Amino acid sequence: MGIKEKDLLTMEQLDREQIELILHTAKEMKSIIKRDIKKVPTLRGKSIVTLFYEPSTRTRTSFELAGKYMSADMVNINTTASSVVKGESLKDTGLTLQAMGLDIVIVRHSMAGAPAMLGSYLEARVINAGDGFHQHPTQALLDMLTIQEHLGGFEGLKVAIVGDVLHSRVVRSDLNGLITMGAKVTICGPATLIPPGLEEMGAKVTYNLEEAISDADVIVMLRIQLERQKAGFFPSLREYSQYYGLNKERLSLASKDCLVIHPGPINRGIEISGEVADSLNSCINEQVTNGVAVRMALLYLMLS
Amino acid sequence: MNFLLKGGLVVDPRLGMVKEVDIRVAKGKIVEIGSHLESAGDDEQEELINVEGKIVAPGFIDMHVHLREPGGEAHETILTGCQAAAAGGFTVIAAMPNTQPCADNEGVIELIKVRAQKADLVQVLPIGTISKERKGQEISEMGSLFRAGAVAFSDDGSGVVSSEVMRRALEYAKILDAPIISHCEDTALAGDGLMHEGYWSTDLGLRGIPAQAEEIMVARDILLAELTGGKLHLAHLSTAGSVALLRFARERGIMVTAEATPHHLLLTDEEVKLQSYATSTKVNPPLRSQADVEALRAAVKEGLIGCIATDHAPWSEEEKEQEYAKAPFGIASLETAIPIVWDTLVVKGKMNPLELIARFTTGPAEVLGIEKEKGFFAVGRTADITVIDPQMKKAVNANVFYSKGKNTPVDGRAFQGWPVMTIVGGKIVMRDGIVKGDKN
Repeated sequence: MGIKEKDLLTMEQLDREQIELILHTAKEMKSIIKRDIKKVPTLRGKSIVTLFYEPSTRTRTSFELAGKYMSADMVNINTTASSVVKGESLKDTGLTLQAMGLDIVIVRHSMAGAPAMLGSYLEARVINAGDGFHQHPTQALLDMLTIQEHLGGFEGLKVAIVGDVLHSRVVRSDLNGLITMGAKVTICGPATLIPPGLEEMGAKVTYNLEEAISDADVIVMLRIQLERQKAGFFPSLREYSQYYGLNKERLSLASKDCLVIHPGPINRGIEISGEVADSLNSCINEQVTNGVAVRMALLYLMLS
Repeated sequence: MNFLLKGGLVVDPRLGMVKEVDIRVAKGKIVEIGSHLESAGDDEQEELINVEGKIVAPGFIDMHVHLREPGGEAHETILTGCQAAAAGGFTVIAAMPNTQPCADNEGVIELIKVRAQKADLVQVLPIGTISKERKGQEISEMGSLFRAGAVAFSDDGSGVVSSEVMRRALEYAKILDAPIISHCEDTALAGDGLMHEGYWSTDLGLRGIPAQAEEIMVARDILLAELTGGKLHLAHLSTAGSVALLRFARERGIMVTAEATPHHLLLTDEEVKLQSYATSTKVNPPLRSQADVEALRAAVKEGLIGCIATDHAPWSEEEKEQEYAKAPFGIASLETAIPIVWDTLVVKGKMNPLELIARFTTGPAEVLGIEKEKGFFAVGRTADITVIDPQMKKAVNANVFYSKGKNTPVDGRAFQGWPVMTIVGGKIVMRDGIVKGDKN
């Protein structure tokens, strides 16, 4: 039992059984993270590369620690310093990596589909660490681990996902995973940032934040990127915040023990008020730990 | 070379003829059409070519081809493009002007003519640009381009943003009685979209190009054709909305013609998902929804869309083997056009061969103003003939394309109905898939 397909590119490819297995394994991994000496020999002799074509501290560090805690040899390829800057194509990079005999390549890319393309050139297994507006499966898995820990399960759970859905790779992954596990998902954001087809994927769509979060058990707040305003998707951050910002008053509409999660980093005072971010409801730091645990679980399941 | 095509089913849309007759060709011309013609034998140096079970049609015309030369020789040359055309069963092709430099001057038109003559395979009709440098700001010297040999005008590859410029182009081209071929795309609305906007663009996280980016310009250009009385031809229509607008134009009596491509008649946007971001599915206009495909098929059958054109857009492997967002738009389609549409529309669809062949012959000939010369059989006329084996079924193999562009989304897919002979000016330029001059 493990991950069926060679590459982990989307949450869509994981069935209920596989998601349960990953989350279960992640919980065991969490006990390692909490130890004083965080090192197990599980992946000794395995080599893993993180290849990030986009800046990222959180996800990259998380993968790196996950591998190191299990004694894998971890290599970072810094694309600003590598041959990528010299114009090397993704294909040639893939063929070079192939020749190095790696076990796993973890890739982040600003263009949707790049990890799939890279995977086609490699015998090594590929993990998508976020591609364009497409998918970010490990983010979804860590969100799901947090939800499971707080609320016990997913069946019938009311989840609201709020914000810039059009440009979010997290939404597609969260949506696939949560629906597979039986949750009811409502998606909310300004009409300019809601792409077509979400209902067909099983979500409810509303432009009204109050409606979306009423009685919600979980609220996933997405990061709004400041440059979207300049591109004309909404008139001003002030207005965005008025309509789609999560504050204490609005949060009171949700269920009593509502869990608020955010993939980070937060724009305080814009999509989420400082008050809410700091409140007990939010579990943003816990998310970071869960991120490492989920990635340890995946690396373990893909290499054992 | 003289020969007798014997035993084939001759299909001529102009004459409405579907009949087993033989065709005799001598000195480049058709000299006799009739039943049970006797071979003149070796004395007359006439070859007897048995075409039993085959369809013998007037030479196919592809009015939308990108030959890339000058400027894009890594992707295609006039020679390789002509070879691909011959292999694909085409006798006449029209070359789009978005080369580098573009065909906004007589020099480029002359270069295309000279190199096409040197290739000596199929006839190449150059198309001139609508605007200088394809910038959409000032109309090009259409009169000079026309005199040099341009048969139509197009800024294909980009939409003409200014309605004013489009209006003047449609008006000015009336002097020459030449068509303006419009690439209908609202550039701002299409933005940096990569595929059809809909369920699959959301699923794949690729920016969408809404159907309306095409339809808005189709509507505008139809209204400008009404205003000016100019000859408007709509390139590569891809949506059900465009078909509805075309019908509106016809009902108003506006002079508008249109074409559809084989890929838009076969594939939907789901193909990008099924082929996991294969860049051979990236084309502009993009592959659309099932409803769009069905509307296009119906319009082609009905004749509302009178032409099938390939929009052959070859790219080198280096260009296409990139991330989806980086790879250029386009499909190399000269060598798959006939099998795709024969299989889709005739074998599996409701079209009869006569209707289909009209879309490749009389349809484009009328748009390009060559209907008195091309697209039908008559004794004394130049022998341009396409022979199709309607039973032949085989899989596409992009590796054996004559085109430098191997960028096809149907590689490995089997189709029924393949061209087996292409005859241009009485010379056999392709026989059983082998192009004249090919040393292999």
